[in-house]
Amino acid sequence: MSVVAPLPRGTLGARMGRGVVDWIPAAAVLVLGILLWEGLVRALDVQRFLLPAPSAILDTLWEERDLLWSAGIYTFTEAVGGFVIGSALAVLSAIVLARFRSLGRALMPFAIAANAVPIIAFAPITNQWFGPLEKTSKMAIAAILVFFPVMVNMLRGLTSVRPQSIELMRSYASGEIAIFRRVRIPNSLPYLFSALKIATVLAMIGAVVGEYFLSSQEALGFQIRNSAALFQFELAWAAITVASVLGILFYSAVALVERVTMSWHPSSRGE
Amino acid sequence: MSSAAVARPVVEPRRETLLPALKSAGLSLLVLAVLWALWEAYKWLGERLELTRPFPVNERTMPHIHDMVGQLFEPSRRNGPLLIDVLLDAAAFTAKEAAAGFLLGAAAGFAIAVVLSESRLLQRGFLPYLVASQTIPILAIAPMVVIWVNPKLPESLAGWGAVAVIAAYLTFFPVTINTLRGLQSADPRAVELMRSYAASRWKILWKLRIPASFPFLFTALKIAAPAAVVGAIIGELPSSIQDGLAGAILNFNQYYITSPESLWATNIIAAALGIIFFVVVALAERLLVRRAPENVA
Amino acid sequence: MSTGAAAVSITGLSKRFERGDVLALERIDLDVQPGEFVSLIGPSGCGKSTLLRIIGDLIRPTDGDVLVNGKSAHRARLDRDYGIVFQDAVLYDWRTVAKNIALPLEMAGWDRKRRETRVGEMVDLVELTGFEKHHPWQLSGGMQQRVSIARALSFSPPLLLMDEPFGALDEMTRERMNNELLRIWQETLSTVVFVTHSIAESVFLSTRVVVMSARPGRIAGVVEVDLPQPRGPETREHPHFAELITEVRRLLRKGHALDAPEEDEETLYVAEEGL
Repeated sequence: MSVVAPLPRGTLGARMGRGVVDWIPAAAVLVLGILLWEGLVRALDVQRFLLPAPSAILDTLWEERDLLWSAGIYTFTEAVGGFVIGSALAVLSAIVLARFRSLGRALMPFAIAANAVPIIAFAPITNQWFGPLEKTSKMAIAAILVFFPVMVNMLRGLTSVRPQSIELMRSYASGEIAIFRRVRIPNSLPYLFSALKIATVLAMIGAVVGEYFLSSQEALGFQIRNSAALFQFELAWAAITVASVLGILFYSAVALVERVTMSWHPSSRGE
Repeated sequence: MSSAAVARPVVEPRRETLLPALKSAGLSLLVLAVLWALWEAYKWLGERLELTRPFPVNERTMPHIHDMVGQLFEPSRRNGPLLIDVLLDAAAFTAKEAAAGFLLGAAAGFAIAVVLSESRLLQRGFLPYLVASQTIPILAIAPMVVIWVNPKLPESLAGWGAVAVIAAYLTFFPVTINTLRGLQSADPRAVELMRSYAASRWKILWKLRIPASFPFLFTALKIAAPAAVVGAIIGELPSSIQDGLAGAILNFNQYYITSPESLWATNIIAAALGIIFFVVVALAERLLVRRAPENVA
Repeated sequence: MSTGAAAVSITGLSKRFERGDVLALERIDLDVQPGEFVSLIGPSGCGKSTLLRIIGDLIRPTDGDVLVNGKSAHRARLDRDYGIVFQDAVLYDWRTVAKNIALPLEMAGWDRKRRETRVGEMVDLVELTGFEKHHPWQLSGGMQQRVSIARALSFSPPLLLMDEPFGALDEMTRERMNNELLRIWQETLSTVVFVTHSIAESVFLSTRVVVMSARPGRIAGVVEVDLPQPRGPETREHPHFAELITEVRRLLRKGHALDAPEEDEETLYVAEEGL
């Protein structure tokens, strides 16, 4: 009678070792990609505004770092603010709908429909509600974008529990609250995190597109549009790079929290 | 892993499926009515109490729902065509872009997933960039895509063709991720069985893995279809394309002060478009794919 | 260690499921004496799992009375008079073995010191010493079931309900677990109601085997298993063992168990109890 998997010995270092090796192919692709890009742009003499050379973009990133940094932070706070508000409301709503199942069943088709709606078309209206120069208008559209996918996923996670788990808790004469705390909520975490990762991307989209309609001049979206209009394409691309990097950082931060919180889950054991 | 019921197929009499369907339709109508009532109640209360948080409540920020719907049947501008005609034309234009983008993106996403499924190394190398690709603000690169793609297209496709490419950009990602998971989902014993028939890698892919991926593919398509609509709208926005929904949104945003109902009506039509796309794919799924029931507590 | 054993008294019990209007159990009368080990055996769909859940007040009967430990089944559940073990170990991946066993104790409000002591005792009882800090996924199926049993017994309930606990294990592990279970039963002296598909298992473990007929479930017969106690591997070689197996098989045939098609109970009670 043997134990199926040994207790993980060793420290973070041992686990890091294996993790680092996994990233080598991606790093290789990155390096090759950048070199290829640089080479092609020079060789084919690609028009500057379509795609400047990486070297040109990096130069501009450095020169305009103050401007890009503050614009980036401005937009990032909108995205994070919307993300936090939208997710918090979504989690609370999901818990309520899981608790009052008939309400949940009645509203589910609407949540699914809402997920299919191009919510981004609503951005001009949030601008009207909260003022286009304010951050809150962009936070609002980001929050709405984030709300539905997080709520639907969280609800699914709260309700797809094995019947025997519930029967077990009932055999301990637990009330609904204890069942939520001890079974449904831990069970929903994988679903929640997978939705939160998508939500980071949605929140950034919400912030940037919201800025497109009208925004403060401090915003990153404004920078992108403005510099493109002034034919400063390296700056536009540098701003796009900043937006992208921020998005990646946001996503990775959530992925990291997921790793740490759910070290017990099959998906983080590499299964 | 759920213990799916080993049920004998039951032929349900028509009556048994009609009644529950009517019940749930009735329930949905009830919910709609309640939501409408909540809107009007908040508006009424907000105006009485002169609420300014979270946002000021007045005729401009919260038109009556019946006014929004009613506006559809008013002329869109003085002596002009009815709003609903204008919006339906715009929606059809955007739908064209979204549908083309959806097909393009779904095909590309599927192909990428098939290629990646054959090699762990390729996955490790490229997946992070596929994820990162979705963080690039397409709104920003849309004009560039339009300028780059347009000259390459035949006359009939110019303009909207580029937006289809942008819609495809938002479509391919969920299709790739979910199809990949589906291709890898085949029961190892089924694979062993194929190997015992001396099936080649290609045969296994074609006869086992790809069919096994269909349920996952359809899950992705249900996400991708509305995403294509979003992509089309976002692609139109900065590209000076007037004929689609984005043009309508920009237009009625400009005239919001005089006619807020028009922008809201535009949103209603845009929402309907997204939902239609979703429903079409969901129906296709119903017809084409049989799924094991989920065990849900 | 146990707080005395419970008796289970079932009179005129019937259960009809609304969904599909299925009569799962029909007029069941059964008395289980304190300290007995009773097996329920029958074909799939005969209602044995439903009957077990009615004893545990996880499903309400349509008719009849169930008394557990001198109280209504409902009261017995609220007083935590039984522990339950399923075919699936139902352990929580995010808790260690020790924490999984401690779950009912936490819910009963035991303080940490008392919990730790008891968990230690249970771990020794099921012979999993050394594995306290492991997570469920690191254990084999048989070991996971032992954790499940330890958890069920951790608060020393007078009654233990088991729903095909070894059904998912291979033959050899299953026999070993049978020996283990008997040893544990002899130490805790609780009453056990055990649902199984295996004729040999039912005879080996029980003091009485209750044979149920195909749906609607009725009691086709009861076999007194008068094999000597304590039982061990040698009991399977006892001449009377084979005779008892034949008797159980005869009753199963009488109850049409051997030609009944398979039908699933789980979908019925899951739907009804809104799980």
